[in-house]
Amino acid sequence: MRNEFAEAARHEVANSQLRANIRNATHTIRAKREEAVAEVPDWEQLREAGRRIKERTMRNLDRHLEQLERSVTAAGGVVHWATEAADANRIVGDLIVGAGAREAVKVKSLATDEIGLNRALAARGIEARETDLAELIVQLGEDRPSHILVPAIHRNRGEIRELFRRTLPGNEQLTDDPAELAEAARRFLREKFLSAKVGVSGANFAVAETGTICILESEGNGRMCTTLPEVLITVMGIEKVLPRFADLEVMLQLLPRSSTAERMNPYTSLWTGVTPEDGPREFHLVLLDGGRTKVLGDADGRAALHCIRCSACLNVCPVYERTGGHAYESTYPGPIGAILTPQLTGFTQGNSLPWASSLCGACYEVCPVKIDIPSILIHLRSRINREVDGYGGGGERLAMGLLARAFARPGRYERAQRFGRWLSRPLTREGWISRRLPGALGRWTDVRDLPAPSAETFREWWAQRR
Amino acid sequence: MSSRELILGRVRAALADVADDEPASWIYDRDADEHSRYARAGSRDPEALAALFADRCGEYRATVTRAERAGLGPAIAAACARHGASSLVVPTDLPEAWRAPGVEWREDHPSLDVHALSGFDGALTGCAVAIALTGTIVLDAGEAQGRRALTLLPDLHICVIGEEQIVEGVPEAFERLAPAARSGRPLTFISGPSATSDIELKRVEGVHGPRRLEIVIAG
Amino acid sequence: MRIALFTTCVADTLFPGAGIATVELLERLGHQVSFPRAQTCCGQMHLNSGYEAHALNIARSFVEVFDDAEIDAVVAPSGSCVAMVRDQYPGLVARAGDLRLQAAVARLVPRTFELSEFLVNELGIVDVGAYYPHRVTYHPTCHSLRLLRVGDAPLRLLRAVRALTLIALDDAQGCCGFGGTFAVKNADVSTAMLADKMRAIQATGAEVCTAVDSSCLMHIGGGLRRERAGVRVVHLAEILASTEAA
Ligand code: SF4
Repeated sequence: MRNEFAEAARHEVANSQLRANIRNATHTIRAKREEAVAEVPDWEQLREAGRRIKERTMRNLDRHLEQLERSVTAAGGVVHWATEAADANRIVGDLIVGAGAREAVKVKSLATDEIGLNRALAARGIEARETDLAELIVQLGEDRPSHILVPAIHRNRGEIRELFRRTLPGNEQLTDDPAELAEAARRFLREKFLSAKVGVSGANFAVAETGTICILESEGNGRMCTTLPEVLITVMGIEKVLPRFADLEVMLQLLPRSSTAERMNPYTSLWTGVTPEDGPREFHLVLLDGGRTKVLGDADGRAALHCIRCSACLNVCPVYERTGGHAYESTYPGPIGAILTPQLTGFTQGNSLPWASSLCGACYEVCPVKIDIPSILIHLRSRINREVDGYGGGGERLAMGLLARAFARPGRYERAQRFGRWLSRPLTREGWISRRLPGALGRWTDVRDLPAPSAETFREWWAQRR
Repeated sequence: MSSRELILGRVRAALADVADDEPASWIYDRDADEHSRYARAGSRDPEALAALFADRCGEYRATVTRAERAGLGPAIAAACARHGASSLVVPTDLPEAWRAPGVEWREDHPSLDVHALSGFDGALTGCAVAIALTGTIVLDAGEAQGRRALTLLPDLHICVIGEEQIVEGVPEAFERLAPAARSGRPLTFISGPSATSDIELKRVEGVHGPRRLEIVIAG
Repeated sequence: MRIALFTTCVADTLFPGAGIATVELLERLGHQVSFPRAQTCCGQMHLNSGYEAHALNIARSFVEVFDDAEIDAVVAPSGSCVAMVRDQYPGLVARAGDLRLQAAVARLVPRTFELSEFLVNELGIVDVGAYYPHRVTYHPTCHSLRLLRVGDAPLRLLRAVRALTLIALDDAQGCCGFGGTFAVKNADVSTAMLADKMRAIQATGAEVCTAVDSSCLMHIGGGLRRERAGVRVVHLAEILASTEAA
């Protein structure tokens, strides 16, 4: 099996502008998140409550989905079920065409990114206009998102100014002041909001008990997309359901502080079906499986579905910090992407991602719903080795097998120690090997000296001493 | 088989390890223990709550002023003057006492179209509840709040909050909002003016929603 | 206290000084130290590389060696190996469904300690009577920090060492990029992480970089040697074992 991540990462790591942009942004947000979290005395209890809410929900997902469907329907909404990406794309496209529209305004949604909705709609001649500032930057630049919350995190203000000057009419004099850049986006999108017939959104949460959909945002584009158009279509992964309205009191404390390090994000909108004289006249909820039931089927990997997409794990990840999001080649980069992508795709994509981690544990420490990402990474490594393809290849499997045999018997282990010492002696100077070695070890010795087996092992010293 | 049946079937198959009689959800009053018992109620008195709320909103660069209930008209007029706003759109059930002289008032009835709404200098509403710890106001389409577009399109939102509407934390707000949610009314949580952190993860105020937020606490 | 030393395969084979220092230190503090000779490895590399079945076999031998009523505590000069036992063994053996093994692990977990947390939290000692006349910077290794939560135990021990000048490390909690086979499987990323760590270490002007894990020190030390940076890596146990007389 190829190590796609390592190959892609090589290019990204070599891009010093990219590394500087991402380092700068992630270090800023890390410090702010820590502050925002530190002022909440019951933060740990909230995290644990969040974890338990999610765990219970997943373990009874069928019941909650059925209840959600009943509640939404009772409130005047229409529920659609999509087994996979193509179904969801077709449903959304049909609804837009049915509304007599050729375009739709969209508020940032990972689910629709995952299923490639914009591309599928474009193929039917429907324009989907992203309205979130970072998504707009990505869309105008024909770029790919690199972060789940701030898809244009890999771009700095200077690069964004150039893009806007080039693509947004009337902005030739634009400076790189972020406030001015935001203003340019506001002017560009205003008319689109006012004239849009169809809005498309994702969902942060959906409450089964009441049929209420909840989205969190900052700019107001979410409010625009979910209130002004006549028809609103929400696409959500089935794992986003929450059983009770009261569950939101936990999630709305955990999510903003973990994602943008704010006490509360500027706007959170909740709506239930359709409301007469207020907002869309039609509401459609598309419930997407798209591999989620595969994740659900692995009791040791299931917790990946608990994710509330805050992006804290990306922001603290030392690997993400060096590579950015593109190297993951997935809608979901970073630690959460490493555990979600291979599972969602039934191990047909992203199989090198569980190895894209030094297992430092920073992600687990910040995750607001306490997903033990390192343990799931380890679990998936074994699953992939076992079920898909020996990831490290035959050489590694052989070496690991031999080592395991040695470790299983002290006698064999001691012989292996002596053999290693004999083998490395000609290369050893002052206890270290400085020469470049062939094969996998070469990737160590390219940049680091390698310690050689000691002239006297600890156990030899011990035996001597007694 | 329909997609619905297919998905629900897959979910059930995936959850073969879960016992049928397991509780389906986590309920605070029933399930919280020392590891998960987060704070559900604060202990600050009304005066401290108002001060904290004002302080937190201020950090979002919303302007917060306080007024006696009898003096709301002048306080609102002053807010308009600060922003040079001379025309306000309001919900039909806005209290008479809030309608300051010297400002042009227009009720959103029959519903104005989006371009008309955009043309006003500002919108004036009340709210359902306010959260002190996070500096948040919540609208639930109830009394003196109107429909959602009203507070979205004009560039200035002036919101009047009764002191008794301020709660300490998020859970207390949810308790008060539950009836509105159950009856299907839309809720909007607003914490400061619209903002973005999309450029280098630095917060900038003012994107699509109202760029200016004026809060008047009535006590 | 009867302490069994788990020296770890890395220290045993590559850095015996860390094991020797642990023995000398604990004996100097008046404890009886044993070295069960049948020990080899905890199985961490196998588990973390995706060879769960091998890891389980190795864990089985580990438990056999150390699940002994005559032992009050198992102490290792390694955060990550102890984290393997405390954090990963319970799940590993539970998945294997071996009840006897599960019970043995349950006995072992509360008695297994990394050296610095053992000294500070279990023995309640901060000043171990060490003398080390050098400028030292301390790198908190990921597993000792986030899995074992040793907190500032190593720093408290270092602050009590006579003649030692402790210099704070910038962005100390950043991973050094070792991560076992990660260092070769994702060599470019690992190297970028290591470069940042080495830069921070060199900026301190310290002569010595210390930590509680030989494996991370092997990574950092290997990089520093290659750059001829003039900074040595020394395991915390070796600093604590040093005395004026020696
Ligand atoms: S895994 Fe946890 S930390 Fe990462 S995005 Fe999801 S909720 Fe946030």
